[in-house]
Amino acid sequence: MENSLNQYLELIQGNLATIDANAPEALDALRPEAVEALRRFGRLPRRGDEGFPNASPEEMFAPDYGLNITRRPIPADVAASFRCDVPNISTLTAIVVGDSFHPTATLLKNLPEGIEVMSLARAAKEHPTLVSQYLNKLAANSSAPVALNTALLQDGVFIRAARGARLDKAIQIVNIFNTPVAMMAVRRVLIVAEEDSALRVLLCDHSQRADVDYLSSQVVEIFAGKDASVELYDIEESSARTRRLSSVFVRQDSGASFFSTGCALCGGDSIASSRIDLEGAGASASLGALVIASGSRHIDNSVLLTHAAPHCTSRQLFKYALFDDSRGAFGGKVVVRPGAVRTDAAQTNRNLLVGEHSTMHSDPQLEIYCDDVKASHGATTGQLDARALFYMRSRGIPEDEARRMLVQAFMMDVADSIRLDALRDRMRLLVEKRLGGDASASCADCAACK
Amino acid sequence: MQPILKVENLRAGIEGKEILKGINLTVNPGEVHAIMGPNGSGKSTFSGVLAGDPRFTVLGGSAVLDGTQLLDLPPETRSHAGLFLSFQYPVEIPGVTMVNFMRAAVNAKRKYLNEDPLSAAEFLKLMRQKRAIVELDNKLASRSVNEGFSGGEKKRNEIFQMAMLEPKLSILDETDSGLDIDALRIVAGGVNKLRTDRNATIVITHYQRLLDYIRPDFVHILYKGRIVYSGGPELALELEEKGYDWIKEQVGE
Repeated sequence: MENSLNQYLELIQGNLATIDANAPEALDALRPEAVEALRRFGRLPRRGDEGFPNASPEEMFAPDYGLNITRRPIPADVAASFRCDVPNISTLTAIVVGDSFHPTATLLKNLPEGIEVMSLARAAKEHPTLVSQYLNKLAANSSAPVALNTALLQDGVFIRAARGARLDKAIQIVNIFNTPVAMMAVRRVLIVAEEDSALRVLLCDHSQRADVDYLSSQVVEIFAGKDASVELYDIEESSARTRRLSSVFVRQDSGASFFSTGCALCGGDSIASSRIDLEGAGASASLGALVIASGSRHIDNSVLLTHAAPHCTSRQLFKYALFDDSRGAFGGKVVVRPGAVRTDAAQTNRNLLVGEHSTMHSDPQLEIYCDDVKASHGATTGQLDARALFYMRSRGIPEDEARRMLVQAFMMDVADSIRLDALRDRMRLLVEKRLGGDASASCADCAACK
Repeated sequence: MQPILKVENLRAGIEGKEILKGINLTVNPGEVHAIMGPNGSGKSTFSGVLAGDPRFTVLGGSAVLDGTQLLDLPPETRSHAGLFLSFQYPVEIPGVTMVNFMRAAVNAKRKYLNEDPLSAAEFLKLMRQKRAIVELDNKLASRSVNEGFSGGEKKRNEIFQMAMLEPKLSILDETDSGLDIDALRIVAGGVNKLRTDRNATIVITHYQRLLDYIRPDFVHILYKGRIVYSGGPELALELEEKGYDWIKEQVGE
């Protein structure tokens, strides 16, 4: 059987000196262990492996992507960032081209005291202690794709809020693919929110070319200190040939709150996993996802959320609308550890199979090792309500429009839960546009980001 | 004069079972027809088939609405052509507001008629005017379609939609079911206000009660998929008094 991991191991082996020379020592130091872990894993997960009912990292990583290991500057079309500008949103923007960080002038000028946004390479020099204290501590080569990200890691984004620093504006990281040749980006985002700080981060994925294969390997690590608040919005609006494997790790101290919404609107196959550790008493996590897939796209989400301390709250709402032959998967596991009394956990996965040949694989799980907890989970998968559809058509609403309105109504509660006002309005509009006319429209036609 | 509706030898069924076994009915402008009949006689099938409910299969015959052959058209086009069905059980549509629902419906019809869509202001004005006809609360108009509406509110909402769409032919399917006497009066009052000499109404009902408020010109008795008896308004009174047994006897059972 093919083993796409080998080409990466060979690349690292043959170019280790170059990779190391173009990355800070703090990142180089992680490499040997990551390579070692990769050799132990032996291969990337395949379709049918546990947790991978649809999408296959093995296949995702198989094409011959270019990697910018010499850190050659790729011209950044800064104007491109305006394409996804959310109207009326006041954000501090940085652009990540491939995997190179480019702050905008407004970002550098307007960061308040105590908030830092910079490239991981720079952070490794300026804050060596912080970086070594946090980087890869959660991700820790826990899976082959994560270990591969670490083994190839040369740069990334570092965001830090010092104790008590609160930033209301969102920090927007616009990830852009724009090379004329197939490209793989090794993205790493490290977010450290210290005690009583507040951060909002918006990650947007764009591809400027629809005719080139891109792959993004993304690892996000978030540390939310005591009573810190972190919001993370992740919006995929790329091209059908842009695939993505994203792993998010969050550790929350007591009283920390984490809120995230992922929106997969246009793009290629996507695998996202989140691991949330509620380590301190009274922490709360809310995860939402809105997935609209068409064509033969595969979208997998998995969540491992652990209540390790008393009085923590968690909410999950994952919704899929699957058109055409698209496939979705949701694997959600909530673990309540011994001693995590007064846990309040709820997990919901609701799916709409719009396309006749679309499929959904839903696997919600609860593991409770503690009494005195409130935990619920529910998963439903169905088709559009035929009675509602006929009712609408009987009033003269054409079938396509009635379908669109019903899917939109189904999705709206996730969009409505977004706490950034301008982004919430934007998401409502993007969903409407995404569903407008032909739901199988590619990103290039969907005009959402024009 | 061209009839508003001409149904000839209409046969239809559900899941392979024939329910309508040859219906003939002509409705002229300005007329109100009542269709009565015992449970299971095919009354709701008849209205569903005319509106294009995909649950039913047409097995034969024809139905022409003001010159337009209905039976091959999708439900939305039948609506555009001037047909309106007030549902016995109006459907709840969570997440779709009444305003968006009605705007989509009204503008789809305007598009069919080659008219420009209404502006937001024009549309809201129209909503306001038509709401008054059935005393529908503004709060209901801003909620999701039928979601959390009481039985009476749902039926008033049906007549409100009918007012918005100005159909040539309205079919009221058991509009009186689940209504108390006050709601019945309001709903029937709304229907009467919308009557002109250019449109027509078919009232499907079990009971005489609704016909005290919406006076029919003709009453038809549907039994086992056929109209077995037609008469004037007095027929409804006769049914109220004697039940359906004498009809069953007349058709030889």
